[in-house]
Amino acid sequence: MENNDPRKELKVSAIENGTVIDHIPAKSVFQVIRMLGLESIDNQVLFGTNLDSRKFGKKGIIKVSNRYFEAEEINKIALAAPSATLIVIRDFQVVEKKHVSVPDYVEKIVKCFNPNCITNHEAIPTKFTVLSKDDIRLKCQYCEKITVKDDIIFT
Amino acid sequence: MKNRSLISINDFSKEEQIGILDLAESFEKQPTRKILEGHVVANLFFEPSTRTRLSFDTAVNRLGGKVIGFADTSSTSVQKGESLKDTIIMVSNYSDLIVMRHPKDGSARYASEVSSVPIINAGDGANQHPTQCLLDMYSIRKTQGTLENLDIAFVGDLKYGRTVHSLVMALTNFNCRFHLVSPPELKLPSAVKMHIKEKQLEYTQYTELQDVLPIADIVYMTRIQRERFSDPIEYEKVKNAYILRNNMLKGSKESLRILHPLPRVNEINVDIDDNPKAYYFQQALNGVYVRQALVTSILGVI
Repeated sequence: MENNDPRKELKVSAIENGTVIDHIPAKSVFQVIRMLGLESIDNQVLFGTNLDSRKFGKKGIIKVSNRYFEAEEINKIALAAPSATLIVIRDFQVVEKKHVSVPDYVEKIVKCFNPNCITNHEAIPTKFTVLSKDDIRLKCQYCEKITVKDDIIFT
Repeated sequence: MKNRSLISINDFSKEEQIGILDLAESFEKQPTRKILEGHVVANLFFEPSTRTRLSFDTAVNRLGGKVIGFADTSSTSVQKGESLKDTIIMVSNYSDLIVMRHPKDGSARYASEVSSVPIINAGDGANQHPTQCLLDMYSIRKTQGTLENLDIAFVGDLKYGRTVHSLVMALTNFNCRFHLVSPPELKLPSAVKMHIKEKQLEYTQYTELQDVLPIADIVYMTRIQRERFSDPIEYEKVKNAYILRNNMLKGSKESLRILHPLPRVNEINVDIDDNPKAYYFQQALNGVYVRQALVTSILGVI
């Protein structure tokens, strides 16, 4: 019976091999795509946003064929999508499922919120030490000021 | 310490800081020695300064070294749009050590990443001013005989004053008690207070200057800076909040000394200048000895 229910149909079709990033806040889908450089790869990328989610209300999902991510690579999306789950698919089967976690160190992807910071005046990649992961607090290695979650702007 | 940059006071351990103060003492006894002959120090001041620049000049000149550099950017390629990176790389080809002041926060740390010679931060925006911090520590130790267990009052702009932030952080290593006097809108930032709490030390916040004068060993006055206020009305409200006058010092400790990073505007009345408790001009002179200690340590000639 469940197979006949059209509402159960996948909104974003299944992939044979690759990575699914699920439970992305709907507003962050395009941000995550940019962070992972998915706009410029040759692999098949399927994504959906503003999908209904029991847990989150609205969510986004991204499926990338034949591409697997290192922890370090994927953890940087934790700043934009702390709730995201990473699902590794091989031969249509889920072989691994894990949550992203905020890294100890954040490079390049976040702007320093301090308008007087040198990184906002010269072409310098930013560097932050993560002081707190739950309530995100990033300490700029240059100006030593702390960028908090609500002030985060991605470069 | 040879070839190390000094960007933030925390770049040096407590022991290293004390080592610099001890060495500075020996320079106070004998400030003129020819131990920097053949060395070139670049003084790059992208922002105006009187004391810091001149005291570095004096420090190096008295030791026989040569100083190159600029006191403002009007005659340099910075005016043509040269980046900080290019300026630093180029000057590090010409010199053995770069002393720099720059209006942007974090500029000195960045310079230390691109420079092939060590950098001494002489003030980066509102961030750090570690050489001022060391000369403040030197002045406190010299006048009180110790840095331990003192009652230190900080007065004025505790929010934006970079010298206050560095000095509070450094003194948390010495078990001092902190008395913080400021208008409510210029309180010490919570990030700095966190350092005090981490060391389980006491701090008390006041709005009346008079309250701290009887208990303080050191009163560290600061200027409330007009340029830190986006709203001129806010500045007008607080600019005359804390003015120290000679008659207010009655009942203060005999050993009390008044420090100020200078320049002062009106926060220390000139009638205090002749009081033996006034120490700010001597404090500025101590800057020469501390900078001699730093330059010679970093160049590895001592």
